[in-house]
Amino acid sequence: MAGRGVTWLGTPTFPKAARTALADPQLRANLRNATTTIRGKRADAVAELPDWEPLRRAGEAIKDQVLGDLDTYLERLEAAVTARGGIVHWARDADEANEIVLRLTREAGAEEVVKVKSMATAEIGLNEALAEGGVRAVETDLAELIVQLGEDRPSHILVPAIHRNRAEIREIFRREMPDVPEDITDEPKELAEAARRHLRQKFLTAKVAVSGANFAVADSGSIVVVESEGNGRMCLTLPETLITVMGIEKVVPTWSDLEVFLQLLPRSSTAERMNPYTSIWTGVTPGDGPKNFHLVLLDNGRTDTLADEVGRQALRCIRCSACLNVCPVYERTGGAAYGSVYPGPIGAILTPQLLGEDVDKQARSLPYASSLCGACFEVCPVRIDIPEVLVHLRAQAVEAKNKTSPEAVAMSALAWAMGDARRWAATQRIAGIGRLLSRGGRISSLPWPGSKWTSSRDLPAPPKETFRAWWRRTRG
Amino acid sequence: MDQAADQAGAVPAAGERSGSAREAVLRRVRAALADRPGPVAVPRDYDRTREAADPLALLAERIEDYRAMVHRVQAAELPARITASLAARGARRMAAPVDLPADWLVPEVAWRLDTDHSSTIEELDGIDGVLTGCAVAVAETGTLVLDAGEAQGRRMLTLLPDYHLCVVRADQVAVSLPEALARLDGTRPLTFVSGPSATSDIELNRVEGVHGPRTLEVVIVDA
Ligand code: SF4
Repeated sequence: MAGRGVTWLGTPTFPKAARTALADPQLRANLRNATTTIRGKRADAVAELPDWEPLRRAGEAIKDQVLGDLDTYLERLEAAVTARGGIVHWARDADEANEIVLRLTREAGAEEVVKVKSMATAEIGLNEALAEGGVRAVETDLAELIVQLGEDRPSHILVPAIHRNRAEIREIFRREMPDVPEDITDEPKELAEAARRHLRQKFLTAKVAVSGANFAVADSGSIVVVESEGNGRMCLTLPETLITVMGIEKVVPTWSDLEVFLQLLPRSSTAERMNPYTSIWTGVTPGDGPKNFHLVLLDNGRTDTLADEVGRQALRCIRCSACLNVCPVYERTGGAAYGSVYPGPIGAILTPQLLGEDVDKQARSLPYASSLCGACFEVCPVRIDIPEVLVHLRAQAVEAKNKTSPEAVAMSALAWAMGDARRWAATQRIAGIGRLLSRGGRISSLPWPGSKWTSSRDLPAPPKETFRAWWRRTRG
Repeated sequence: MDQAADQAGAVPAAGERSGSAREAVLRRVRAALADRPGPVAVPRDYDRTREAADPLALLAERIEDYRAMVHRVQAAELPARITASLAARGARRMAAPVDLPADWLVPEVAWRLDTDHSSTIEELDGIDGVLTGCAVAVAETGTLVLDAGEAQGRRMLTLLPDYHLCVVRADQVAVSLPEALARLDGTRPLTFVSGPSATSDIELNRVEGVHGPRTLEVVIVDA
């Protein structure tokens, strides 16, 4: 049970879910508007830094350094956190992590926890697990709150409620917040104010907070959380007990490595020079902040991912969501179609890997949720070659199905072409990669499960111009 | 979880689940790294430092981009500036760290000093604002960094009041983020502030002021 919780049970395979999404014009309009806006802003924020490429290369290398000696850095982090009065827990999987958080919450005598938005706790289904144990988890990020109150699924890593418009949010608030004024309008300012009032008392009285971590410094034991609203600061500062659940890949070696990531992350993510608030703390500080600090180090499929020499680069991901906003497939289908807490291009490679041997039909369809245009690689601040991993995973899926099928041959040709940057560029230039599989200008049948995707709509095979070049020209 | 198979494919013994998750995860990491890719050299050819013609002007401009108010004054003008800002805001009761410089404690308002961490959550929640200094500022990103050191107090002080007035001295300003981080001690509780609290979660409209201070005002002291 490697990556339990990563996917939402009962979600249809990507092609099926995508067809539903494609038929929803409101959803597509919301998404197109959001991704276009963020894409443009991000390009400006990045263009401002003359050393963006060197920063990306440094980010890539630091993460590879960590992954290549992960055991060493984890032990170092554990020692540093412990030396500063924190308590470190290890969790092999979602159940184990959830058990730890539930136990610590009970020990603190709390029936409710306030939560900072975190992908790791979404991945392990912490809220549901706490609820089963009689503890209420209150999401405090505005978008997560909208999703939680709307009994909905997040659709984007950065802005999880982006599929909702203001009128819908107003309805959700009126229905679910007992203290909301009757005559509240759908002005974003008023809605944000309602959320502030709704949560304020919870912050001021909460005994236990749960957060994720963006980074953890092995040398010093410092934990980093970036955010915008200040709900994170509330949770990290006011309660007596703070529990941080962190994927084991989030560690960085030294303090000065943060100088790379604190530049790469905000500009790639919210397209700001800096996000409004970044909190950094180490263990406990007497008289300032929580009295008890627990750090839960979560595997849940990460070591499976680490074992794959091609696929492990997915663990460099800093969850900025830039790849979602440039992805032509994501833009049309939205996050929910991916059926996972990790949507978009990164989700397409991370989800099946985290699931490891438990990979199901739905997750297996995800590596086909891409046009291989390469835009995700170009924006990724840690240079994850998502197309390379996609092709690698497709080849694996086909191989698992039938080692000698024609699909396997075509896939291994693709994998070969993409295994090397120059070969890949040459293939694209000469033919358009899609032609490896297409007959007569349309890719009408991809191997299963891509076949389900193409059965709903033909994909044009990239002709003279490569898809990558076309996308850059028309949308970039 | 009874069916949980370990990486190696073996079903873990009953006792293993509770006791040795640490060893199990480390063992899995080592197994996954059978190839041990070897040491990675990190290229550090990005800009550690950067030049700015006028770092204070750059800082002011970048903070204003977050729609925070900025003033630039000479040292001698600081108390008058504080008085004017508090008056404009209508602030009468202000919170402050216990070691705030005496001449910042202008007489026109009532000060609640956080002596021995005595301010309660309720008090800070109901107060008009807080006045602090900072540890470092980053000109390029318009960021103020508080490290709970001199004239800054506990993190709670700058979190609960709705209004934060922050004083930055010229010698605290670094141009780039790497320069700023090099001046900080990573084991102190740190808060990086870039503009007031904000959200873009509703149709990507930026709304200032969700949970942190809704108003940020900065006074840069030139010399
Ligand atoms: S894969 Fe790269 S671009 Fe996508 S979320 Fe992760 S870090 Fe960002």
